[in-house]
Amino acid sequence: MSSQDIPEKNLPAAQETEHGAVGVADEQNPFADPGLPPHEHRVQDIDEQAAKRSERAVALMFTLSMVATVAFIVSYVAIPHDKAIYVFPIGHLNALNFALGLSLGLALFLIGAGAVHWARTLMSDEELVDERHAISAPPEVKAKVLADFRQGAKESAIGRRKLVRNTMFGALALFPLSGVMLLRDLGPLPGTKLRHTLWSKGKLLVNMNTNEPLRPSDVVVGSLTFAKPEGLEEHDHEFQTEIAKAALMIVRIQPDDIKDKRELEWSHEGIVAYSKICTHVGCPISLYEQQTHHVLCPCHQSTFDLSDGARVIFGPAGHALPQLRIGVNDEGYLEALGDFSEPVGPSFWERG
Amino acid sequence: MAAVVVLLIALAAIGGLYSAVAPTGQAKADETAQSLTITEGQRLYSVGCASCHGTGGQGTSDGPSLVGVGAAAVDFQVATGRMPAATSQGAQIPKKKNIYSQAEIDQLAAYIASLGTGPSVPTEEQYDPDGADIAKGGELFRTNCAQCHNFTGKGGALTHGKFAPDLEGVDPKHIYEAMQTGPQNMPSFPDTTLSEKNKKDIIAYLDAVNSEDTVEPGGLGLGGLGPVSEGLFAWIFGLGALIAVAVWVAARTAKAKKS
Repeated sequence: MSSQDIPEKNLPAAQETEHGAVGVADEQNPFADPGLPPHEHRVQDIDEQAAKRSERAVALMFTLSMVATVAFIVSYVAIPHDKAIYVFPIGHLNALNFALGLSLGLALFLIGAGAVHWARTLMSDEELVDERHAISAPPEVKAKVLADFRQGAKESAIGRRKLVRNTMFGALALFPLSGVMLLRDLGPLPGTKLRHTLWSKGKLLVNMNTNEPLRPSDVVVGSLTFAKPEGLEEHDHEFQTEIAKAALMIVRIQPDDIKDKRELEWSHEGIVAYSKICTHVGCPISLYEQQTHHVLCPCHQSTFDLSDGARVIFGPAGHALPQLRIGVNDEGYLEALGDFSEPVGPSFWERG
Repeated sequence: MAAVVVLLIALAAIGGLYSAVAPTGQAKADETAQSLTITEGQRLYSVGCASCHGTGGQGTSDGPSLVGVGAAAVDFQVATGRMPAATSQGAQIPKKKNIYSQAEIDQLAAYIASLGTGPSVPTEEQYDPDGADIAKGGELFRTNCAQCHNFTGKGGALTHGKFAPDLEGVDPKHIYEAMQTGPQNMPSFPDTTLSEKNKKDIIAYLDAVNSEDTVEPGGLGLGGLGPVSEGLFAWIFGLGALIAVAVWVAARTAKAKKS
């Protein structure tokens, strides 16, 4: 809105120049308070027609917001949840989510935009000075409050009736104990749970994909397989707790390529079984590169060399991945020859 | 002398036995056509592949041995343009435009398959996602593949400049072959540990969540990385837009100045 289309009679005759000034800067007082700048009118302050237009604009925004809210309700009811639409730069998307998001966003945005336009064009824009006063109470008020307190203490007889006072202190002191007691629910302490997994001697290695026990011939060089201990089923109550410790990553490396003597000894003809849990903060780690035999953790880029005892070659992990010693049972299936020899997953104080 | 004679007889016996028992692979009638294909393949091989993989596919310092990689590996590598590679340097060999016709690829595959047994090229009914269990495929994908290829197959970074590629628009046949053969640093998922049915389910899952007409529940997919990228987007572009609007509102005066 430019000032050109305002009728001349509606413009103020002249602006007061010395509006609100309380001092003039000079030699003695170089930082005198200049007061408020002269107030300038808005178009809406001096042209009632402009004010009407602003009023209609604000009302229009609030009305459109109402329409958007109604549109939200209508789309919630009317659009099937699996309907897809094509929106040009984004692609195929869910029509219901798109309609809900758009209408909800518009409804909120138009309330805000209307309020801003209202405040800027129609609400008073006169600047006001609000004087500040000292915060502290006057001495007579202070004296009265203290006198009232002393009188209250005297009338309650807290100094005279010592039994009441002492038992009250006792009650108040004991009460927080119930809260402290509830902290016990943080326990009990894990005991040896961090040191043991479901693996034990003779447990078969079961393929996570097929739920069948693995044979050495199933695992070819360069392949990657995930295994769980025999007897652990996905619908078991304890499944998540147990698989979080027992998850295994099985790869086969040419025995000549295995640099670590113990790793070779604990493998079966180059089939090695390592914990899938990163020793840094326990992310599942299985970004296995079959040519380099490196395993990368997606969380903090710890890298382990599976051909060299899974030692850490990069990143924040503090320990090599624990290896599970495996062999083959009488029926030709891969089996564990015991539990992990060290705790799996992240370090803890008492880990040793 | 007697020992030598015994050895010769034993060798002859074993050789005879082997030729009698060994799988012939193809019916006799096909044999001429098959050997013609192999000869053609060998010709193509010596032009396009032998400089790195050796004249007999035995491998050199520039390229691995191809004995026993199978036809599926050849079909994947050549049809996706990864082979022949421009150079063996660099973190990994990228996908590029394929310069061979399917017939030529089949001939190359036949030649490589003749060097040693390996996985053969899957048939269409093996990788056709029709009728597969998408939900099971999702579960299998998250167990076996998502660590590198991201939850919806958008790809991700590995070590030293290597990366797992985006799987959008990749031919289901090539996805199947990649699982079977484990190209470059990808581990293989042979039928013994990830069954044919499992592979089909995974392909169906990818077709559902990462194809051109995948319906994004939230509009922009933002790389399928989850709440981190989405939060970053909201902070930068959402808050950025709000700040821009606030600056625009404050920069325009409502005063009626007579100029």
